[in-house]
Amino acid sequence: MAQITLKNLAHSYYPNASKDEDFALKEMDHVWQDGGAYALLGSSGCGKTTLLNIISGLLRPSQGRVLFGDRDVTDAATAERNIAQVFQFPVVYDTMSVRDNLAFPLRNRGMDPKYIAERVQAIAQMIGMEDRLSRKAQGLTADAKQKISLGRGMVREDVNAILFDEPLTVIDPHMKWELRTQLKKLHRDFGHTMIYVTHDQTEALTFADKVVVMYDGRVVQMGTPEELFETPAHTFVGYFIGSPGMNLLDAKIDGNRAHLQGASVSLGAAYGPINGRTQIGIRPEYAALTRGDGLPVSIRRVEDVGRHRLIRAEVMGQPFSIVAPEGMEICADLTHVAFVPQKINVYADDWRVKEGAV
Amino acid sequence: MIKTQNNKAWFLVLPVLVVVAFSAVLPLMTVVNYAMNDTFGNNQFFWVGLEWFEEMVTSSRLHAALGRQVMFSAIILAIEVPLGIYIALNMPKSGFWASFCLVLMSLPLLIPFNVVGTIWQIFGRVDIGLLGHTAAALGFDYNYTNDPFDAWVTVIVMDVWHWTSLVALLAYAGLQSIPQAYYQAAKIDQASRWAVFRYIELPKMQGVLLIAILLRFMDSFMIYTEPFVVTGGGPGNSTTFLSIDLVKMAIGQFDLGPAAAFSLMYFLVILLVSWVFFTVMTNLDRQESK
Repeated sequence: MAQITLKNLAHSYYPNASKDEDFALKEMDHVWQDGGAYALLGSSGCGKTTLLNIISGLLRPSQGRVLFGDRDVTDAATAERNIAQVFQFPVVYDTMSVRDNLAFPLRNRGMDPKYIAERVQAIAQMIGMEDRLSRKAQGLTADAKQKISLGRGMVREDVNAILFDEPLTVIDPHMKWELRTQLKKLHRDFGHTMIYVTHDQTEALTFADKVVVMYDGRVVQMGTPEELFETPAHTFVGYFIGSPGMNLLDAKIDGNRAHLQGASVSLGAAYGPINGRTQIGIRPEYAALTRGDGLPVSIRRVEDVGRHRLIRAEVMGQPFSIVAPEGMEICADLTHVAFVPQKINVYADDWRVKEGAV
Repeated sequence: MIKTQNNKAWFLVLPVLVVVAFSAVLPLMTVVNYAMNDTFGNNQFFWVGLEWFEEMVTSSRLHAALGRQVMFSAIILAIEVPLGIYIALNMPKSGFWASFCLVLMSLPLLIPFNVVGTIWQIFGRVDIGLLGHTAAALGFDYNYTNDPFDAWVTVIVMDVWHWTSLVALLAYAGLQSIPQAYYQAAKIDQASRWAVFRYIELPKMQGVLLIAILLRFMDSFMIYTEPFVVTGGGPGNSTTFLSIDLVKMAIGQFDLGPAAAFSLMYFLVILLVSWVFFTVMTNLDRQESK
């Protein structure tokens, strides 16, 4: 087990990439702490899988280095890195039995047969396939096959890291919870570094201690689920985390006030002069309808989503969502919306501005 | 919905039936007829029952030809199948060179049998052939017209040259259908090259390999033109395979009765062996999936 360091890493699928948009992964420096449980979150095509394949060595980065601990493994073959990876779609060895499938990575390492038998039994119990160990893997259902793939990823105890590439896509919803809990337990028991790629924020937030959000080939923020929620470093994080995402309004910042087309709201802190497109971001949870305070709002639609109500509205001609408590009466005299000043984030050209920054 | 029952549709099959009857069934029946009769000329035939069959079953000449035939098929299968797989594994998977290799590999398959025979007949000649002359100049005592071993080597190398491509192309098609994810998973699982072949590539090629082996067996068991052009079945009878012997008997010696009995048994043997092949291999497949 080791800390994984990515140094000046970038990757392009074109041989002679020069322009920024040729790169599937933009240049990045990143450290995955030993024993951390990370979720790698981002929309499809943002470079998550590319990053995983570079870590596992299936792909050689066009530039930069990959280090396991102090060892440079950029040019090391996948087998040498001793890493486990589970893919989005099941890969099983059809002609082998379930037992042989699970034992395969251990046998390839020449482990003791007695140890292999024990380990396979333990993993089979974890994925709930003890009764089907002697069956051929061929002809099993997709989710059974994916469980085997997961099991094969977890069977080695001494791996440097386990990478999951959206592993639960083909699994039934109730089994998803079950397996995710098992993965968490496995992490607690063995302390492997785990990187879990997903585009499902619930999955990411329940699995990981640290969530890494990628956007357009860049890591835009790494933090605890709470940090991502409260202080998104990039408007994409604000939009992607939370349901619905963060509201963004164009504004001019002057000290501790934001001016929006004649109206103004107070901010939690003072800011220096800001260049570029300036926006304020407010979570729907931190906005409330009022009878006169704040900005004028016109309500378009009210959705009842169970625990609370979701109000789709318009502020200054821009779409705006508000979360209202369940019992609240929505009446015609609620014409304004007020924000919690401390919860307002300020963005310049999509990146969060630190309070007081010049 | 009610289906209309109309048996008149069977008449639509009639043209095919007539053509097949004239091109296959009637000639085959003629052969059956010859196999059961004898003649002393004058187009007068008399019934001999199964006498020709008895004679052929006990004929040492036929036994020898059958032995050579089995050996020939066994040798070329033993060479062409592993070699074809090996070539397929090493062919480029995409890009210009993949297409280039595919074209190159299919060339031998496009050459007519008698042309292949002629090419090798000349190629191997000691007086003017590139191979024969070079071998002689280098001090090898190579002469396929005198030496049975050299004749066998020539015929086998020729067949390998002509038909390995078929096995290779079929195996290649099987390999191309394997998703990249399997190779990636194998790398992650630290599988050796052999394990990748044994557990990923071979199982995925099994279907096409079955076809390749079946085709090569049937073809080689019926081989006629190429060895006939190169060696004419010689020296002596050393490369006289079943079909060469059959033709000698039928239109060399005009022993139509024995030849007819011979060819019927020949046909049944091929049918039987192919059936056994197919059954065994599909059963293997079924067991695998259990």
